[in-house]
Amino acid sequence: MSTSRESILNAIRKNKPDLLPLPDQFTFESNYPDVLEQYQQTLQMIGGMVEVVPDLPTISQRIGELFPNFKEVAVTVPDLTYLADLNLESVTDPHELEDVNLAIIPGRYGVAENGAIWVTEQEMKHRALPFITQHLVLIIRAETIVPNMHEAYRRIQVDETGFGTFIAGPSKTADIEQSLVVGAHGARSLVVFIIK
Amino acid sequence: MSQHTLDHAAASEVFNRDEPRVDWHDETLWWVRQKRDRASKGLPEWEDLREAASQIKHHVLSNMNVLLETFERNAQKNGITVHWAANAQEHNEIIHSLLAKKGIDRMIKSKSMLTEECHLNDFLREKGIEVIDTDLGERIVQLRQEPPSHIVLPAIHLKKSDVGDTFHEHLGTEKGATDPQYLTEAARQHLRETFLTRRAALTGVNFAIAETGGFVVCTNEGNADMGAHLSEIHIASMGFEKIIPKAEHLGVFLRLLTRSATGQPVTAYSSHFHRPRPGQEMHIVIVDNGRSTQLGREDFRNSLKCIRCGACMNTCPVYRRSGGHSYHNAVAGPIGSILAPNLDMRKNADLPFASTLCGSCSNVCPVKIDIHDQLYKWRQVLAKEGYVGGIKKTSLQLASKVLASPTLFKLSFNTARAALRIAPWAANNPLNAWSIHRDLPDAPKESFRQWYEKNRK
Repeated sequence: MSTSRESILNAIRKNKPDLLPLPDQFTFESNYPDVLEQYQQTLQMIGGMVEVVPDLPTISQRIGELFPNFKEVAVTVPDLTYLADLNLESVTDPHELEDVNLAIIPGRYGVAENGAIWVTEQEMKHRALPFITQHLVLIIRAETIVPNMHEAYRRIQVDETGFGTFIAGPSKTADIEQSLVVGAHGARSLVVFIIK
Repeated sequence: MSQHTLDHAAASEVFNRDEPRVDWHDETLWWVRQKRDRASKGLPEWEDLREAASQIKHHVLSNMNVLLETFERNAQKNGITVHWAANAQEHNEIIHSLLAKKGIDRMIKSKSMLTEECHLNDFLREKGIEVIDTDLGERIVQLRQEPPSHIVLPAIHLKKSDVGDTFHEHLGTEKGATDPQYLTEAARQHLRETFLTRRAALTGVNFAIAETGGFVVCTNEGNADMGAHLSEIHIASMGFEKIIPKAEHLGVFLRLLTRSATGQPVTAYSSHFHRPRPGQEMHIVIVDNGRSTQLGREDFRNSLKCIRCGACMNTCPVYRRSGGHSYHNAVAGPIGSILAPNLDMRKNADLPFASTLCGSCSNVCPVKIDIHDQLYKWRQVLAKEGYVGGIKKTSLQLASKVLASPTLFKLSFNTARAALRIAPWAANNPLNAWSIHRDLPDAPKESFRQWYEKNRK
């Protein structure tokens, strides 16, 4: 295409070292005695709140207690849409999400070693939603918690949708004198419900 | 936002005038280093992970063109437009033309050290385009018209009272306010309005995946995502060394990156971009800017393995006590000091000397770059190429003559011993840079040679 492309690639071809192989050993096992317990500990350490619940009705009840009388609630969990007062189907421009106070979104996998949850565009409906919302609730099933990132990537097809993200805790920063402040630009809080 | 023209030693001297602040800077970064230690020790396989990361990066360097072409093909299939920039100028022009085409004169940007390296903000400002940095630390230094002093912690040289003053002036926060929670909230409100009104967002790239033609951006604040998902056009700038072969390799790098950087198990957001959302444009600019030259320098090519975690800075006894701005380069600290001479030997000849060669940087590096060896090797290259001048050159030339000749050695050291006994101030004085923070020991009455000659019988 452009001449820079050719000149860069030619310079690389000329200057690169002889081919070296990829390592055979690059994934490792994490043998936590209890991945569910490990996940909960890790998430709390990074500023998330976590509750293990038996079913969706319990989640519904807990959300009512944790976020009483919240307006501008967006829900992408099919069986919990009755908690929403905002219809995501009618949103065509992500800027319309600017006033969302609470988003309730299902996650695909949880990762015990770092508290992260893999969420794709398919679950979040709008890419901006888990970031622009003031508060975020993610819901996963206990059996989808994997020990570590190697195992997570074994199960994930990263390009299955156009966008996917690991969310680990609420948005945070320590850019002012290394003091941790929760609620930088993304969600101010994260509650994870684990259905078991 | 002009770069300092003082050399590292002179700029450090300025930084060192405020001793309590230097102590605070030193201790804060050491605290981050300790968090890194705790995080790394939580993984029994840490050393094996470093080795795996190192080997993957060695493969990447040796297969760079193939991986980049594969990436380009797959990214294009995903609907991402791929651009190639041979240097900073071309990078900046590509971005300007993308904005100009859409008639956009205001852009937001999440953290990208590459755009610092290319001085993109200055370039765009001259073209009448406003750029707002959205990472809190970067926004703080941008408001102060300073460059970041650390690649991960851009405002680590500032106290909360400095931030309070800056925000009072620019964001209208209360005078004298220093509470980080309050100040962060003010920045959140200010930048939220910005996110909602800008049509173009630029992000950096932490990893680009050849196999799938997508890229990963890691932030704690969520600012890259806020920008990208609300924009009409998302531009991602990457140095070509950010490429990795497969998505499964991300497991290695994401486990190492944030633990090495801040001691967290992972960043709050690790976002994988593969296709633009409907109606959005997504562009990637692949930048060389001296990297292909560095790839050809056998002794220094390993610097291109860097994943920009900043661990080498946090551990460096010189960085901690001289501050990031003393390095007058977009990337400061030990890694910056081995990258910078490749860009401009004359301008950056001082940087490989800003090190004690203690090796701590190499020990903490998650991808096992031999940083301190490269610092040492750059010194030799720079001397050979004639970029080391002044006292350093003269004194080393003299030393090499003296040390090569037993007669001269004997004579000069006898004289030196006598001189130090009679007039210790001759060495321990402010004109001798070495003695500013050190005293020479008392000189013994006789040399080892004299003692040996007396006692050998």
